[in-house]
Amino acid sequence: MAIEIKMPALSPTMTEGRLSRWLVKQGDEIKSGDLLAEIETDKATMEVEAVDEGVVTEILVAEGTDNIAVGSVIARLSGDDDTENNTADAAADNSDASSEAPAALQVAEAAPQAPAVPAAPVVAQIAEELDWDGPTKTMTVREALRDAMAEEMRDDERVFVMGEEVAEYQGAYKVTQGLLDEFSDKRVIDTPITEHGFAGLGVGAAFGELRPIIEFMTFNFSMQAIDHIINSAAKTLYMSGGQMGCPIVFRGPNGAASRVAAQHSQCYASWYAHCPGLKVVSPWSAADAKGLLKSAIRDPNPVIFLENEVMYGQSFEVPDHDDWTVPIGKAKVVREGTDVTITAFSIMVGRALEAAEALAQQGISAEVIDLRTIRPLDVETITASVRKTNHLVCTEEGFPFAGVSSEIAMQIMEHCFDYLDAPVERVTGKDVPMPYAENLEKLALPQVDEILQAVHKACYREGGR
Amino acid sequence: MAPKTAKTAQKRGRPPKALKNAKTLKNDVPETDVLTSLYHDMLLIRRFEEKAGQLYGMGEIGGFCHLYIGQEAVVVGLQSVAEEGDSVVTSYRDHGHMLACGMEAAGVMAELTGREGGYSKGKGGSMHMFSREKNFYGGHGIVAAQVPIGAGLAFAHKYKGDGKVNMAYLGDGAVNQGQVYETFNMAALWDLPVIFVIENNQYGMGTSVNRAAAGLDLCDRGKGYGIPGMQVDGMDVLAVRAAGEIALEHCRSGKGPYILEMKTYRYRGHSMSDPAKYRTREEVDSMRKQHDPIDQLKEMLLREGVDEAALKELDKQVKQVVTGATDFALSSPLPHEDELYTDILVENA
Repeated sequence: MAIEIKMPALSPTMTEGRLSRWLVKQGDEIKSGDLLAEIETDKATMEVEAVDEGVVTEILVAEGTDNIAVGSVIARLSGDDDTENNTADAAADNSDASSEAPAALQVAEAAPQAPAVPAAPVVAQIAEELDWDGPTKTMTVREALRDAMAEEMRDDERVFVMGEEVAEYQGAYKVTQGLLDEFSDKRVIDTPITEHGFAGLGVGAAFGELRPIIEFMTFNFSMQAIDHIINSAAKTLYMSGGQMGCPIVFRGPNGAASRVAAQHSQCYASWYAHCPGLKVVSPWSAADAKGLLKSAIRDPNPVIFLENEVMYGQSFEVPDHDDWTVPIGKAKVVREGTDVTITAFSIMVGRALEAAEALAQQGISAEVIDLRTIRPLDVETITASVRKTNHLVCTEEGFPFAGVSSEIAMQIMEHCFDYLDAPVERVTGKDVPMPYAENLEKLALPQVDEILQAVHKACYREGGR
Repeated sequence: MAPKTAKTAQKRGRPPKALKNAKTLKNDVPETDVLTSLYHDMLLIRRFEEKAGQLYGMGEIGGFCHLYIGQEAVVVGLQSVAEEGDSVVTSYRDHGHMLACGMEAAGVMAELTGREGGYSKGKGGSMHMFSREKNFYGGHGIVAAQVPIGAGLAFAHKYKGDGKVNMAYLGDGAVNQGQVYETFNMAALWDLPVIFVIENNQYGMGTSVNRAAAGLDLCDRGKGYGIPGMQVDGMDVLAVRAAGEIALEHCRSGKGPYILEMKTYRYRGHSMSDPAKYRTREEVDSMRKQHDPIDQLKEMLLREGVDEAALKELDKQVKQVVTGATDFALSSPLPHEDELYTDILVENA
């Protein structure tokens, strides 16, 4: 039975090549692994080895021929029927597809007629948030985060927390205070200063069916570990066809602290929100910090949990409930208004509320939305508000270029462009590395006054920028 | 501490001294049926990879495709002494590891061809396949990323107290990545049950190990962390088995990590698109003719009195499996277009 030897593809992009030299001739007996020919691609000259065994009966393409399409028959072997019928069968199986053009080329040619890319499905159902009107406790964001971890660790043996100074030092910012005493060093683990390593180790532990909480001393240091966050944690569910997810929480302070300059003052919300496969959460109040962290720990997906150092010491009322959770993916209207919508997350919610208060004095009724989750973004809550107010100002501490505000502006164009009475305004961190000097740092960060100016501009009032 | 070979100063700028100093550990020759099973498993990988190379040439497999031909003894030898439940993680040269872990050839081949019947429904490809059922945790495309992941799996074994060990395979190229040493440190600090299996096939893509790695032999790279290491003739499946038993015993008894440097050789290029001009044809031929792991074991089987016809029959069976896998991989449909948007997030129940 004849075996066809076809022009092989030697790289992911090769569609044709030159046969520069035959290393066998008609009548030669060849064995698997013998060199057959030299083929030149645009990148290199490569030797082609025989897979099948037999005697060369025909050489169909002369040496020096250019532009031979991948998949065209270049020689034939007489198969040894006794031992080689399997390979021959395999070759025969492919003869239909390859008789005219190689499979790879057929696909390329077929592409223009391919149906349109299917639309992305609507975001999955999000759990309802409990509307709490029961008793509350005054608590700092720091305590709320600690309680969230402690409650989940009591509830689920698989949950552990790992990071630099989380155990004996009680947390670089004291967020893990008391956890070592209650849960022992088996579950509260001090790591060496080794972000890339312990982020990867956490991913492996999550694959091994544990529920790691990985603390970065600050998210600035997560840059050392971003390969594991994106390539190992976020993409594995997809790459495994849904077989293996990565239930892990990466948490820590994010954004500008105070006077620590460029390498320690940056918001990573848009960085992580860019990538499919991650959820990104960034709460403002202590109640949301607690409820969202508990939801994040229970979530079967990798969650980036962005806290803020400046917020740790601020106190809020937190529901006095033994299992207070807040659903991921749901924004919250923290102040109702009718004239303009202001979106914010994390520390910017406080500044937006301050701005709303000042605007009220000026007769402008601002609605403030705390995004709480950056991805999946609660577009519904924002659009509902914009349909009412017809004006939108987006705020964030991060850089303006390709930021969260840019994305919100685009979403609003897609969902309710006709409801806008003015272009969307944004108030962001300036497009510069964070300076150290006190006056420059203040200039670089978005201030309440800038929100006021942006609202004035969006509402066509005096004093707009 | 386990026996280890005398160190050899590797001189830079010289061709690799393949196997010259590799220690061959041989216990008593195992039973014939064990030998036959090792032979079968190595042959399956060899034939599978040859077929994968052929399908690549036909345009049926796209992208990157890193073949394991020549290195079969490493994974087959080690997995033959592993326990049910021990976990495995490796790099992108992973087809052999999947087969040695007991994953179906058809599912692996269908993933290579990007079909619905593949282990990842055609969404992962050659470098990204997983099987929780067979304790195979990938298939990782970023050089050395699997090393801390392996330590994390070992952390989970220890945390759960299940007595199992992780085998984290990495290449001689990966040993120069920083995260390997971050991992060595944590694994030693916390006595994690993980074997770092360095498959030293002498070349990280086109750069020979002597041009890339300073200092001591790779098996000694854990020395500063107190991790014992052993250099092994990775072309000799029985030596690999014996070394694996020592390392597994070490990890299982709670003594922490272990490093096995397997001196091995890949016959093919780094990936399908590598012309492998950085080494001579003679070098490849001499490895093939004098050290081929399958030929060596075949000779032993014949010496042990196994009938040549029986081996030929085995060969035939393996070919049938590969042919069946190929038929499946070429007939399984492309993934449905709706699959584009599935498996991005686990939906909350």
